[in-house]
Amino acid sequence: MFILLGMPVVQIIIFGFALTNEVKNSKIAILDPSNDAASTSLIAQIEASRYFEVDQVIHSADEIEPIFKKGRIKLAVIFPASFNEDLQHFNKAQVQLIADASDPNVANTLTNYATAVIMDYQDRITQGRKLPYTISTEMRMLYNPELKGAYNFVPGVMAMVLLLVCTMMTAITIVREKEMGTMEIMLVSPMKPFRIVIAKAVPYLLLSSVNITSILLLSVFVLDVPINGSLLLLVFESLLFTLVSLALGLLISSRAESQQTAMFISLVALFLPTVMLSGFMFPVENMPLPLRTVSNIVPAKWYYSIVKSVMIKGIGLHAVWKETLILTGMLIFFLGLAIKNFKIRLA
Amino acid sequence: MSTDRVITAEHLSKRFGSFTAVDAISFDVYRGEIFGFLGANGAGKTTAMRMLSGLSMPTSGKASVAGFDVYKENEKIKQNIGYMSQKFSLYEDLTVKENIRFYAGIYGKSNQFIKEKTAVVLDRLHLTAEGDKLVKSLPLGWKQKLAFSVAIFHEPKIVFLDEPTGGVDPVTRREFWNMIYQAANAGITIFVTTHYMDEAEYCNRVSIMVDGRIDALDTPQQLKKTYGVATMDDVFLKLARKAVRSAD
Repeated sequence: MFILLGMPVVQIIIFGFALTNEVKNSKIAILDPSNDAASTSLIAQIEASRYFEVDQVIHSADEIEPIFKKGRIKLAVIFPASFNEDLQHFNKAQVQLIADASDPNVANTLTNYATAVIMDYQDRITQGRKLPYTISTEMRMLYNPELKGAYNFVPGVMAMVLLLVCTMMTAITIVREKEMGTMEIMLVSPMKPFRIVIAKAVPYLLLSSVNITSILLLSVFVLDVPINGSLLLLVFESLLFTLVSLALGLLISSRAESQQTAMFISLVALFLPTVMLSGFMFPVENMPLPLRTVSNIVPAKWYYSIVKSVMIKGIGLHAVWKETLILTGMLIFFLGLAIKNFKIRLA
Repeated sequence: MSTDRVITAEHLSKRFGSFTAVDAISFDVYRGEIFGFLGANGAGKTTAMRMLSGLSMPTSGKASVAGFDVYKENEKIKQNIGYMSQKFSLYEDLTVKENIRFYAGIYGKSNQFIKEKTAVVLDRLHLTAEGDKLVKSLPLGWKQKLAFSVAIFHEPKIVFLDEPTGGVDPVTRREFWNMIYQAANAGITIFVTTHYMDEAEYCNRVSIMVDGRIDALDTPQQLKKTYGVATMDDVFLKLARKAVRSAD
């Protein structure tokens, strides 16, 4: 009943307010070697807009790559060494915008906004002058120069498929055994419950491995999405996520009494949050705080971020250890809870 | 019938929170006996059975099954019992032979043993021709008989039958009880719950649970005498009417 009446309310709120492709207060980095009157006032204008928030000021071009890899910023604005001089002497200057295009939609929006702000500034300082100042922008899309959507959805699809296959199928098959009464027979037998559970999970672990392989092969050879990082790491992280999904499936199966319930819980509690809150469809950064907090407990969010980092940005374990640790924690937590539930049911 | 006790229960209780599902029941079951375990719905039969079969830990009291303690040795108990639930519990999408192989495998029986015994069992059930058919294609009566054969396939000392004949026609029920007698003659102790009072008459001894307690335990003849009635049905009604707990 709650679901029937609550669902539309929740969805309208989520879709209406939270899940926007609009970008607000994006963290950016500034490299301004000229540090003159013109550049300072342009930076002030950028900062004044509600789209951007200057997260850090860097001092050399070498710092650009590392901060993008850390994933703290989505856009870097680079001024030339002689911004004001260029403007005064040649009436034109150039600003470089570097965006993290591992999420092409966000990158596109950000560079457009930034360009608009800069044009605005240009119009303002040109007012009342004969010769117009022109500030041209040069854009660089990091990681995904062609702004291919596949870069975005391949990691998302991987998260979704693994979750669907592992969580839903594991939950459903175990609940099916409960419904049929075969589970009880097995529990009365000398087979250890733990072994029954492992036996139920192994086929889906294998299936998922096949799925991971086929998705990766397709994305590399058909969609031209490169695997820039270590394949081994990617496979390891995927297995970790698979195990988390399996644990979730077991947890659901220990609670649900019918296949429909199991399916419903899997869909509502896992599939929807995965689609909406993992960052795959809508950037998490722009969501209001409550939703951002909720998104932290969605395992897919962390996996999605790992896959993007490893596959698209090509960075190693040192950059994704936090996400890995969180997933490991979730695995232990869900598995522990599932086993505890399972035992309670027997007692 | 021997006087070897294969199941003993002393003040066995199970509480769920403040609800006492099974209230200090005590009884013995002897080797090769057909022990009827009767009671209205919600009287605590299934809970008691689950404790004896190692599925559920008792809250207090003592019990041993096949000589093993239900608290400490429930893994050993599991080796020595068979179980057939009220739900039909074979895999419908596996064949008859596959089901037998699967369940025998769970009990760690060797391939040689499974192969030889499968032939014997199928022959006894007149299912030899159907060995490779899917279980779902069999009529319900045959499925039940097959399920019983599977439950005693690994030659347990005791078999627990939880309303094994639900929804089965009278002829098949009769045949089913013939199988139960055969198994009992072979030395397997039968612990059976049922709602059919005519089946209660087939048991060597019958216990009747009311509100978690065992209110009567004797041979069917003796019970009828004690309560001064003609049928087990009347015995049951007389006792069950006292129940305060509503059946769910």
